[in-house]
Amino acid sequence: MIIAVPVDEKNIKSRVCVSFGRTPYFLIYDTDSKEDKILDNSAAASAGGAGIKAAQLIADNKANILLTPRLGEKAADVLKAAKIAIYKTTNASAKENIDAFIAGKLSLLDEIHKGFHGHGG
Amino acid sequence: MRIAVLSGKGGTGKTMVSVNLSAATKKSTYIDCDVEEPNGHLFFKPVGINEEEVSVLIPEVDKEFCNGCKKCVDFCKFNALAYVKDSLIIFEDICHSCGGCVLLCPEKALTEKEKVIGMVQKGMSDQVEVFTGILNPGEPSGVPIINRLLDENKSENKPGNKSESEQMTFIDCPPGSACIVMESIKDADYCILVAEPTLFGVYNLNMVYELVTLFNKPVGVVLNKCLEGENPAEKFCLEKGINVLTRIPFDKELGLLNSNAEIAVRKSEKYRTIFTSLLDTVKKEVHHETAFNS
Repeated sequence: MIIAVPVDEKNIKSRVCVSFGRTPYFLIYDTDSKEDKILDNSAAASAGGAGIKAAQLIADNKANILLTPRLGEKAADVLKAAKIAIYKTTNASAKENIDAFIAGKLSLLDEIHKGFHGHGG
Repeated sequence: MRIAVLSGKGGTGKTMVSVNLSAATKKSTYIDCDVEEPNGHLFFKPVGINEEEVSVLIPEVDKEFCNGCKKCVDFCKFNALAYVKDSLIIFEDICHSCGGCVLLCPEKALTEKEKVIGMVQKGMSDQVEVFTGILNPGEPSGVPIINRLLDENKSENKPGNKSESEQMTFIDCPPGSACIVMESIKDADYCILVAEPTLFGVYNLNMVYELVTLFNKPVGVVLNKCLEGENPAEKFCLEKGINVLTRIPFDKELGLLNSNAEIAVRKSEKYRTIFTSLLDTVKKEVHHETAFNS
C-alpha cells in the first residue's frame, strides 16, 4: 500500500503541510517495503487548479491513501476517480500520522472545502 | 470617442460618473463592462431590451479515441484536465477556452462544444444606448462578454452613422486592474480614474494609474466624495502630475439621488452643470491628446 502525505520539509519527521494543492513536497511511503521518498510538488506554483494537479501527481505515483488535514472539492473529485482513500491528519509529524493510520487511528476526511480559487481574473 | 471610467476598488463612483456623463451627453452609448455585478441599468432603466447569449468553447472527450497520453493534462496552465484510471476528467468551470488541448491531442479525441457563460443586453434610455454585460455566477472569466460588448458597439458605428470620433461612448469598467479591466480599456481613447479621499483609495488609485500608464492611455482623475481639508488622492495627483478633471463634493443630495437609482443630471440642475462641464473638459483633453499624438 502506498501512502501520500503533503509535507513542509523533505523528511519523514516533517510537519504535515496545511495545504494539499500547494504543499512544497509530498512524502510517499510504501507500507510493504517501509521505504519513503520525497516528491517536489510541481503543482505548488500553478496559477490555479493546484489541487487538481497535485491529485494527478500522487495518482501518477500510485498512491492508494492520502493523509491530509484538508482538501478542496476538485482535488477530491480527482482522488475519488483515482480510488485514493482520504484520511484526516492530526497535528503531529508525517511519521506519527502514518503510524496512526496503520494502527487504524485516523478517521476518513469528511469535510471537503469549496477551494480558495476565484481571486483576480 | 471612447472614454473608459475605472478605479482600483469598488464603490468609488465609477458607475455614478459614467452614467451621469452618458446622460449629460445628448446622444451617447453607455457600456457596462462590470459583468460580475452590472448596475448601470438600475439607473438607466433601459427599454426595448434585446438579449443575446454569449458562449465559449470548451473541450469534450471521446473516450473511444483517448489513449491516455496526458499531453492535454500537461499542457493546461489552469489544470482544468486530469487523467486517472483510464479516464479523462474535464473541469469545465476552470477551463479558460484557449483551445490548446484540442489542438495538441494526437488522437483527435478532444473536440469543442459551446457553453453559455452569460449574456449581453441592449436597450434605450432617452437617447442613451445602454449595453449591459452579465456573467453567470461561477464562471472563471468575463473577458468573452466584454469582447462581445465592445465589438457590438464598434459595429454600431457604421458609415452613415455619426463617425466614431464624434459618437461618445462611455465604458463603465470592473473594479481592480485584472484581465477584465485591461480588456475593457484596451480600445479606449481616454481613461477617467475615479478616486476617493482615503489612503486605501490612494493605494488603489495608484494601481490603476500604473495600469493605464502601461497601456499608454491619456488619463485624468475625478476626485469623488470630496470633504473639507486634506485629500490624500489630490495630493497623490499633484505628486504624480496627474490632471484633476473635477471635484465632486461629498453631498447628501447626490447620495440620495444615487440610493434611489436616479440619474443626478436628469434630476438636478447643479449636477447637470457639474457633469456638462466635466464632459467638456474630457472632450478637450481627448482632442488635445489626439493632436499631441499625431
